[in-house]
Amino acid sequence: MMMKAMLKEDYLVGKPTGFLEYPRRNVAYRDPSERLGDFKEIYTPANDKALSLQGARCMDCGIPFCQSNNGCPISNLIPEWNDLVYKDRWKEAYERLSQTNNFPEFTGRTCPAPCEGACVLGISDPAVTIKNIENAIIDKALAQGWVEHKREKEKTGKRIAIIGSGPCGLTAADQLNKAGHEVTVFERADRIGGLLMYGIPNMKLEKELVNNRVQMMAEAGIEFKTNMNIGDSEESLNALQGFDAILVAVGSTNARSLDIPGSDAEGIHLAMEFLTKNTKSYLKDRLKEKGYIDAKDKDVIVIGGGDTGADCIGTSLRHGCKSIINLELLPTPPEERTLNNPWPLWPKIYRIDYSHEETIAKFGDDPRSYGKLTKEFIKNASGHVTGIKICDVEWKNTNGSISMVEIDGSEEVLNADLVFLALGFLGPEASLADKLGLKLDQRSNIKASHGSFSTNVPNIFTAGDCRRGQSLVVWAINEGRGAAKAIDTFLMGESDLEAPITATV
Amino acid sequence: MKPRKIGLYSSDFEHDSCGVGFVANIKGNQSHQIITDAEKLLCRMDHRGAKGAEVNSGDGVGMLVGFPSTFIKKIAENEFQFKVQGQLIAAGNAFLPKDVKKTEKVKELFNEKALELGLTIIGWRAVPIDIQNADIGKTALEAMPAIKQVLITSKEIKSELEFDQRLYLLRKAASKIISSQIRMNDSEIFYFCSLSCRTLVYKGMLTPFQLTAFYKDLRDQAFETHLAMVHSRFSTNTFPSWDRAHPYRMISHNGEINTLRGNLNWMTSRQGTALSAVYGEELEDIYPVVEPNTSDSGSFDSVLEFLVMNGRSPQEAVMMMVPEAWQKRESMDKNKRSFYEYSSCKMEPWDGPASIVFTNGRSIGAVLDRNGLRPSRYYITSDDQIIMASEVGVIPTDPEKVIKKGRLEPGKMFLLDFDRGRLIPDDELKRSVYTKYPYTEWLERQRIPLTSVTKFDDYEKIDQDSLVPRLRSFGYTSETMQFMLIPLVRELRDPVGSMGNDASLACLSDKPRLIYDYFKQLFAQVTNPPIDSIREEVIMSLETFIGPEANLLTDDEEHCHRLRIKHPILKNKELFSLKNIDHKNWKTKTIDITYAIDERQSNLIDQLDRISKEAENAVDEGFSLIILSDRNVNENRIAVSTLLACGAVHQILVAKSKRSKVGILLESGEAREVHHFCLLIGFGADAINPYLAFEALWRARKENLLDKKLSNDDEVVTAYRKGVAKGILKVMAKMGISTLHSYKGAQIFEAVGLRDEVMHKCFTGTASRLQGVGFDVLEKESIRRHKLGFGYRRSKNLGNHGEFHWRSGGEVHAWFPDAIAKLQQSSRERNADVYNEYAKLMNEDSQAKATLRGLLEFKFGINGPEISLNQVESASAIMKRFCTGAMSLGSLSSESHETLAIAMNRIGGKSNTGEGGEDPERYNAMPSGDSRRSSIKQVASGRFGVNLWYLMNADEIQIKMAQGAKPGEGGELPGKKVDDFIARIRYSTPGVGLISPPPHHDIYSIEDLAQLIHDLKNSNPAARISVKLVSEVGVGTIASGVAKAYADHILISGDSGGTGASPLTSIKHAGLPWELGIAETHQTLVLNDLRSRVVLQTDGGLRTGRDVVIAALLGAEEMGFSTAPLVAMGCIMMRKCHLNTCPVGIATQDPTLRKKFKGQPDHVVNYLYLVAEEARTIMAKLGFRSIDEMIGRVDILDAKKAINHWKADGIDLSPLLLNASKLRPKAGTRQTIQQNHQLDKALDNELIRLAAPALERGEAVKIELPIGNTNRTVGTMLSNKILTKYGERGLPRGTVHVKFNGSAGQSFGAFIARGLTLELEGDANDYVGKGISGGRIIIYPDSKSPFVAEENILLGNVALYGATGGRAYLRGKAAERFCVRNSGAKAVVEGVGDHGCEYMTGGRAVILGETGINFAAGMSGGIAYVWDKNGNFESKCNLGTVELDPVESDEDIAELFELIEHHHIYTKSEVARKILDEWPVNLSEFIKVMPTDYKRVLDERRKHDEEIEAEIDDDEGNAQGGLFSG
Repeated sequence: MMMKAMLKEDYLVGKPTGFLEYPRRNVAYRDPSERLGDFKEIYTPANDKALSLQGARCMDCGIPFCQSNNGCPISNLIPEWNDLVYKDRWKEAYERLSQTNNFPEFTGRTCPAPCEGACVLGISDPAVTIKNIENAIIDKALAQGWVEHKREKEKTGKRIAIIGSGPCGLTAADQLNKAGHEVTVFERADRIGGLLMYGIPNMKLEKELVNNRVQMMAEAGIEFKTNMNIGDSEESLNALQGFDAILVAVGSTNARSLDIPGSDAEGIHLAMEFLTKNTKSYLKDRLKEKGYIDAKDKDVIVIGGGDTGADCIGTSLRHGCKSIINLELLPTPPEERTLNNPWPLWPKIYRIDYSHEETIAKFGDDPRSYGKLTKEFIKNASGHVTGIKICDVEWKNTNGSISMVEIDGSEEVLNADLVFLALGFLGPEASLADKLGLKLDQRSNIKASHGSFSTNVPNIFTAGDCRRGQSLVVWAINEGRGAAKAIDTFLMGESDLEAPITATV
Repeated sequence: MKPRKIGLYSSDFEHDSCGVGFVANIKGNQSHQIITDAEKLLCRMDHRGAKGAEVNSGDGVGMLVGFPSTFIKKIAENEFQFKVQGQLIAAGNAFLPKDVKKTEKVKELFNEKALELGLTIIGWRAVPIDIQNADIGKTALEAMPAIKQVLITSKEIKSELEFDQRLYLLRKAASKIISSQIRMNDSEIFYFCSLSCRTLVYKGMLTPFQLTAFYKDLRDQAFETHLAMVHSRFSTNTFPSWDRAHPYRMISHNGEINTLRGNLNWMTSRQGTALSAVYGEELEDIYPVVEPNTSDSGSFDSVLEFLVMNGRSPQEAVMMMVPEAWQKRESMDKNKRSFYEYSSCKMEPWDGPASIVFTNGRSIGAVLDRNGLRPSRYYITSDDQIIMASEVGVIPTDPEKVIKKGRLEPGKMFLLDFDRGRLIPDDELKRSVYTKYPYTEWLERQRIPLTSVTKFDDYEKIDQDSLVPRLRSFGYTSETMQFMLIPLVRELRDPVGSMGNDASLACLSDKPRLIYDYFKQLFAQVTNPPIDSIREEVIMSLETFIGPEANLLTDDEEHCHRLRIKHPILKNKELFSLKNIDHKNWKTKTIDITYAIDERQSNLIDQLDRISKEAENAVDEGFSLIILSDRNVNENRIAVSTLLACGAVHQILVAKSKRSKVGILLESGEAREVHHFCLLIGFGADAINPYLAFEALWRARKENLLDKKLSNDDEVVTAYRKGVAKGILKVMAKMGISTLHSYKGAQIFEAVGLRDEVMHKCFTGTASRLQGVGFDVLEKESIRRHKLGFGYRRSKNLGNHGEFHWRSGGEVHAWFPDAIAKLQQSSRERNADVYNEYAKLMNEDSQAKATLRGLLEFKFGINGPEISLNQVESASAIMKRFCTGAMSLGSLSSESHETLAIAMNRIGGKSNTGEGGEDPERYNAMPSGDSRRSSIKQVASGRFGVNLWYLMNADEIQIKMAQGAKPGEGGELPGKKVDDFIARIRYSTPGVGLISPPPHHDIYSIEDLAQLIHDLKNSNPAARISVKLVSEVGVGTIASGVAKAYADHILISGDSGGTGASPLTSIKHAGLPWELGIAETHQTLVLNDLRSRVVLQTDGGLRTGRDVVIAALLGAEEMGFSTAPLVAMGCIMMRKCHLNTCPVGIATQDPTLRKKFKGQPDHVVNYLYLVAEEARTIMAKLGFRSIDEMIGRVDILDAKKAINHWKADGIDLSPLLLNASKLRPKAGTRQTIQQNHQLDKALDNELIRLAAPALERGEAVKIELPIGNTNRTVGTMLSNKILTKYGERGLPRGTVHVKFNGSAGQSFGAFIARGLTLELEGDANDYVGKGISGGRIIIYPDSKSPFVAEENILLGNVALYGATGGRAYLRGKAAERFCVRNSGAKAVVEGVGDHGCEYMTGGRAVILGETGINFAAGMSGGIAYVWDKNGNFESKCNLGTVELDPVESDEDIAELFELIEHHHIYTKSEVARKILDEWPVNLSEFIKVMPTDYKRVLDERRKHDEEIEAEIDDDEGNAQGGLFSG
């Protein structure tokens, strides 16, 4: 016979019955009609009380899958801070959060939240709003001035160069600075932040937040050098003289292109070009000068159904495009998990992102079409794109091998003034690795294993997308923390820095 | 061959128990008839003793007689031509080496010493024996020593006592000389059974029937005595042992000393302070008081003898050693309490269940332990004979001559003084002892209450800044706060958790674990019962005296000059006051146990030596108290673990006989959990000040994490001490220990993976069977912890390394996310690829880092070459060996419970009901052809739902002795979990909470278990009877006993198994891994040649096919799974079973959550199929065709060579891999022989024959037969036949009526069915009407007996335990624990012993006389009516859960009247007649004992019913009936 404890709820961690009492409530986005009018963040401000009840939905699992390999790659102490938020102990929640996550304001806004996919509550009910809670904690911490980067008093005298100021490079810089090393970060763009700065549009991540962080880090002793494209020339390598260790964290920026007839037409752009120019212009003068690709009154087609594609849609809508279509080669995802995609795997299901919602609000329809193969770009006499020829495809699974079959007679032509290619990336640009003599792996990423992060050159380490291939911000943080520990150990013989153990690549 | 220690077995763990009794003439007249009667007594308790693999080798039998002077005189004169002319003569039987030369040498040395002591040897003779006639078994014969008798006289000594004192010195001194001068091998001994002028002992490794046949002396008609004490032993082992037979020199003992290790150490310590007026300087020759390798009974005997020979009366010595429960008995005579308190200043109790008979030849006494856990019954006859025994009816006695039938009561003593020729009653006897000195005055003048010296209000200032670093450096984590400390002060008890423990063993863990984690608590199972520390609080106590003890052998007020401590946890100001004590010459020495860190060299051993030396010096300098303090820990100073320091100091002081000169106090930042305190006290600490735990909680209070009611720091400390007290009591109770005084230093633990160097220095004598971690690693761990606190990365928070709940990067747990995800996926789809990924993760990753089996690897090629997979037996054959664990409906939802049952039935395996009964509906097949019936029906201590029909619907009946997650504990189901359905199948009331007691109240010892096995076999002869044990050191010897008790099947459960709810202390720290348990059990059973008689199963965290193969190789035939099948059904290890909030609908009763259950039988089937397939793959590689071929093949296993781990490198698994078959090559290694349950000898065969007309045609039958105490479990098999024919409802009441005459054996009327009435004229033994399921029992004394029925004992202990229905009319008194856990029977009796109606949940008990103490403890249902003639009932009733009311309602009055009237009709009760004659007057003296909850629920229901009745026409009459219809 089992002994049932007397249930005195307020004595327990979390609220054992919270998940039964409160439904999931996300922090709402601003109304589409309103937010389409600007590039400000799409989120409404969080309500502490409401989020505290959302924290009560956390079940304080005996095995928190949100921390597993399928969940948070940096093993955020999710049950801990959910509970603290429920108990209105925000400052401690922030302390826990900052133990594992250097930049919660970035992940809290941009992360697709695999933790929520793995949330145990998600087996039968909507998962805990982990991402919202994380974001609220850091927003409060920033507002209250709890966030600080300390200048270490005891210095080791070791100097480290970090190439690339994306989330991985910044994380590593922060960690290594904590360990007392002299850190210099090199960035080829005019602003620090890499993908955080120019890859993600402002409505998803307010650039003020990135600047703010960078500012605090600089005050804590990290040196940032912009417009330094290490590797673009032999001379640029001279900047690396005198460092005890080098971390290459240049990301995966070699975009996949579409090599079909007509692809040389004007009006066809890589998604990153579109997004980068837009943000640059936005930050400079709020898009006053035409230094960007303007989608206003254009028929826009975005090829590629990922997050970048969605951002192209959102940006185009804000420009005031005439129409927007999003093409995806793969079939429509299912509404619910399939048998081979069980919990706690990341649910591959049909989701509506912010820009899809906006499209629906503006044009009444979801912009996405699935199972569409782009056959050819059609251009006018002046060489400008006017449309694209597509056809439907069917995906067949014969004995485990999946093949794509074009469907006869399904060809059609869509009008297009602008086409954005959001087809993913194929690893880092080759020149830096080449100049530094770094070996690449089969997927043309820089070769190093998770954990050691060391390349074939003794004092050069690599981490982030350029090592693992394109991925999430949170993975970049994972790698940055891991690489910092590896470098610290390399320089000092041992390291007390914490690093996540989760690895998939 | 008598192995002392081999593999995992050690003789230290033997247990025994038995039948004990004596026959004597009150006037001291000698006759040979006494011997003849004693022999009969012995033979009629044959069923209480045991035999090993050979039926003619017994475990040991003996007889102690009052000195047979006529016979000895004859020997002296005839054999030694020695004229006896008034001088005293002594004799003694000795076991000597068989080697003639050695024997001669022994005699020579002995004779020399005798001469030196002024004694004259008359001569040595060979004791005449008759091996042929006695039919002595081969094993016994091989071990038989040379048996000689010596006759001694003395010219000067005229007093018998003085002579015996000299003889004692001779025996002890000679023994010392002989053992130092003659080398004896393991099988040779020098041992005197006795050497006295007042007693003589004959004993040996014999069966009861062999004793007098073997010893010819006992058959000599000239052999006359006034007293014969006999004993028949039931050992858990069958290793031959002649000297371990009882009686010892002064006692026979039925029971077990749980606190032995502590008692021995304290005795050794006292040798340093003892001064003897009798022996003077010669006292040294007597030391050690207890010789090494003496059993618990032998040790008790040695100390008793020591006290008696030094001039104390036997009764006073026994009162010191086995005191009554006096601490909480306010009603006890003040002077008597003072005597006990005074005694407690001198000696701790020898705690444990015991019935002890002691004698010096001139008087014989008997005593029961404070809780009355052994039966002892006696008759006195009109011709001055007294017969006392564990059972009645052992000697045919003419009923007309019996003038008194009595029993020994808990804590009470009984003494027969032959010189005075009468029986001295308990009160007279004890008064003569406690009035000897003015104990009360002595105490008042001398004792030092802690409060009197607590003078300082402030104490060391707390440094807030260093709090977190200090907490971290002592290993505090956020979980320490979350799971241990905060709940402890909020719930005032040890916090509760669920789902078992799957975290890494401390010796394998990569984390810097505290040394406490290496220790596992031991617990009672089978050979002695655990205690319910809550319901039986009256016998528990935490109060102790500490500080210097005086000379044990004198009596004066100096003894009382000790510090009295009521609670072992000291507040800061108390410690500070003691630190600075200045009171009547008391001084305190504080020893700093911190030291400066030097990481380059190990310092721990030096520091321990330094601390020990300082402690010893302090004792020598006369300090009264030592404080070991780690207050000075800081950035530069690291603390030696308090446990190591305390253990080392205690052990060195014991070894030097100085421990009793000083008190040891601890000022510890490290200790904070109940387990820590238990270890510290168990290894010798007198009291502990956990200052850092206080500080941590004070901070938590400031952060509003505690209950608002705790308004200041003092209240936090008070709450903490309360919770800890409750926790400590529970841990003690788990082992059956009731006083902290005896627990102190008792070392009731086993270490896992600590090296001998650590054990010897700090924990001497405690088992650590696997070598591993030494001081170097322990020091590394503390340095790592210190760095966590004071290292350069100081953190503001406590860390969390996932000890309780899994955390990424934290402690390794066997279950982790990927494993669960893959297991679930593979079981849904029967996907072998995904399963293989799961198995690989489990086998090679998590388990390798967390479990002992992870360190094992297979040796391929040893058994033969790899074979093809199709040569290996099929998966379906293997799956038949699989069971699911006992998980009750109540812990599981019915959906998941039934899903498991269906799955197991589909594969031919077995599911288990768990404790909580089963809906009879499930016995019928489902339309789909599936079955929801659980093959295994569990019988646990609460007996919920256990009736005959339930038992008959079993393929296996499992007696749960312990549960892996909480061995030694009971459980509770709060009322709100008891819905209508659960109440129905448990035979209880919806809404009323249920308690299952820690022990089975019909199993206090191994022979009791044999009885229950017999009862259950009678209830369902076709089912196999299984006994579930939990792995701990010594489980192998217990299992041997269980095999000898005729279990068909033994389950060895590991410690890590899941649970619905259990204190975290138990989940984490009680019990051992199954690998150790199954290996030890297999080894011990093979060594005893008992393995072929039982099937072995293991469970407790089996997860893969590799686990199955390893379990088989270590000795298991069958395997159980619990958590893994739950995971297959959707469990995700939420660890919230105890909160009823399982989000996947498995471990919950909440209807909303149950809807979320998505498990299917096929998920479980698929999982087990994949496990079997994995096992097959491994078997093919190893060349095994079947599981049978693998059983016990440890030669196929090897300790992993590839271990590369800073800790695990040192682990030595060789004891686990001992191949027992090599040591006993011919012994079977798996079950091949069926146990002989001897059902063919049962009286029921005759009953069944005579009841044929009823069985065949339903006709009424009347039968009349004689009955004796060897007719056990009468009526049960007949009842089985009735239900087999007529179904669950049985026959109309009274269809079969059997009338017996005589003394019924145990379990009279157990589980009898409706339609059967058993009427008995005479008396009965224990367990009358156990589990009665609708039948009727009527017992009254023989009409010829002259005594007054209501003043005499009619039946034994634990009558109507777990009754579910039926009636009992009992004219006379019942002994202890009447109607325990009755849930439906109605009974009338004329007086009961202690603990009446404990845990009762239903039915009626009418008591027409006095009750003992603690009546109605934990009672939650049913009603008791007590005739409180003397107006003292309230003081004896435990009012924790009940209310006392007059009997007023018409309903109640009618019911009571009817029951008493029937009682009169059936038994001719005089009491009943008297009551009925003046009904209104007597009625007013009745008290209605009504459980509060039950009353509430009935009122609610009545109200509810009335509301409904108001709405509808009531045409069905009284709607109240049916609730308890029997």
